[in-house]
Amino acid sequence: MLSYIIRRLLLLIPVFFTVSIIIFGIIHLVPGDPIDNLMRIGSSPEQKAIITARYGLDKPLVEQYLLWLGKMAQGDLGDAIVMRRPVVDLLAQNIPFSLRLGGAALLFSTLLGIAAGTLAAINKDGRIDQGVMAGILVGSTLPSFWLGLLLMLLFSVQLGWLPVSGARTWQALILPVLTIGLGGTALVARATRVAMLETMQKDFVLLLHAKGLPARRIQLRHVLRHALMPVVTILGLRIGWILGGAVTVEYVFARPGLGTLLIKALNQHDYPVMQGCLLMLAIAVMLGTLIGDLVQAAMDPRVRHAMT
Amino acid sequence: MTLLDVKDLSIDIHGIRPLDGISFSVDKGEILGIVGESGSGKSLTALSVMGLLPLIGGRIERGSISFDGTELTTLKEPAFRKLRGRRIAFITQNPMTSLDPVIRVGAQIDQVARLHLGLDAKAAQARSIEIMEQLRIPEAATIYHHFPHQLSGGMKQRIVIAMALAADPDLIIADEPTTALDVTIQAQIVDLLVELVRERGLALILITHDMGVVAQTCDRVVVLYAGRVAESHDVTAIFASPRHPYTKALIRCIPREDTLPGSLTGIPGAVPSVAHYPPGCRYHPRCARMGVPCEKVVPPLEHPTSGGEIACHFPESNGGANV
Repeated sequence: MLSYIIRRLLLLIPVFFTVSIIIFGIIHLVPGDPIDNLMRIGSSPEQKAIITARYGLDKPLVEQYLLWLGKMAQGDLGDAIVMRRPVVDLLAQNIPFSLRLGGAALLFSTLLGIAAGTLAAINKDGRIDQGVMAGILVGSTLPSFWLGLLLMLLFSVQLGWLPVSGARTWQALILPVLTIGLGGTALVARATRVAMLETMQKDFVLLLHAKGLPARRIQLRHVLRHALMPVVTILGLRIGWILGGAVTVEYVFARPGLGTLLIKALNQHDYPVMQGCLLMLAIAVMLGTLIGDLVQAAMDPRVRHAMT
Repeated sequence: MTLLDVKDLSIDIHGIRPLDGISFSVDKGEILGIVGESGSGKSLTALSVMGLLPLIGGRIERGSISFDGTELTTLKEPAFRKLRGRRIAFITQNPMTSLDPVIRVGAQIDQVARLHLGLDAKAAQARSIEIMEQLRIPEAATIYHHFPHQLSGGMKQRIVIAMALAADPDLIIADEPTTALDVTIQAQIVDLLVELVRERGLALILITHDMGVVAQTCDRVVVLYAGRVAESHDVTAIFASPRHPYTKALIRCIPREDTLPGSLTGIPGAVPSVAHYPPGCRYHPRCARMGVPCEKVVPPLEHPTSGGEIACHFPESNGGANV
């Protein structure tokens, strides 16, 4: 297992460099110029050149990239051009909100999704199955920004049970978690159901029945365990997605977070902040995949042994 | 003494009837072969006796299955569970896929004794290792901790057999236990099974499509064709004088030492699919002895004075497998 973990970690190094080059390159393709935001109307080109040089934006792109990388190694992601603060500070301020929201949403969709998928699979074609399938359809097709507004109208405006926006109390977390979590729940429920139904067809399950084990025990201890392997992979991918994908939901609920920061930076063409945010999202995706793979290896001896 | 008695068994799966009035019985200490091509209903017979038809959406439509005096067709699931794995054990066709890939093989054997004999983990482990040693698994105590993918096909099938033996059953149903194995391993596994059955006085139902295996191992044989019994008799009698044209054709398919290269015999045509069973005798489209009534009239299962059972309008009278 240890050698498997080390191998997987080493694999991340080339991925990280590739991703950092892409992030750096893509940002410079965005039309517009951050310096324009800093200039007073009517400033001379000379003044602009001075400010551009101050942020190092006059240097060749390769040099800018290497400088960025070098500073990154020292934990410095540069200073925000428009927001005028170290990018690291901005990230440190916003990331906890994203983690709280993303973590809660992931937990919510994992638990509810697996439970719903399992119930559907063991009651295949029954009422419960049909109900879950309908729920999956709704959950996976409703756009989250629209669902967020509907939930807000119902629970905050009409019923007045929950705050409309902000992030001060834990109650303010409920609606955003529901909004993001519903799509994930549908995804996990569907994957669990399909994987369970597929596993139930396997020879070894027939033999478990032939051994005289009770059907429920076979379904919950053996079939579900196998069904969770593809689900774990999906969840691993979802970790990164949920941090970045929360962008619109953070916006609807006016929550601080990585998504909100990224949108703001995009509007202001604030290169260092954009780079910082995208880097964090990329790292989240990489870590999510890594965690998914490691959990999978812990669950399946075939994966562990194939890698060593 | 009759241990298992199946009478006039018909099953229904989603409106079709893949088994139609089959009967056979097995005595204690006896090896019964059930033979037929793919699609003849051999595996469904096994599932019916195990009470596992509901898993594939099937049910018993008619007939009775009596095991040691207990009627199984009406037995409730909790009571049936106490028989399954405990008194009737099952060996599946493909050892590659029959073991749970994420659980160590030893634990999979333990499961049976813990469930049915109430042994604790330690006692079950000791018992499992002992059975593995009896099955001539080398270094059983080490293999016990292996995962299925670390073992060869023959070794996996031994683990499946160990699971079958773990609760000391009275009847083992082996559904093509060697089909998925290398030829060199096949004989080993069959010999091992026969030895176990003889030593322990178990009854064994050996489901196979290989008449050669039947000749070497079984006491009696039931030939199934398209969900019906074509013929059944003692192995010596059936090989000496097969009476059903299908039985005769099956025996002719066994390659022998004097079989010339490139001259392997087959039976022309194929088993009809369950949705398209022909009327009358189901074998008639492939039968060399086909006559007038065969196309329309179902041949009844008769009990001739010479023993055994046969369902054919024009049975071979003199027999002779070498014709």
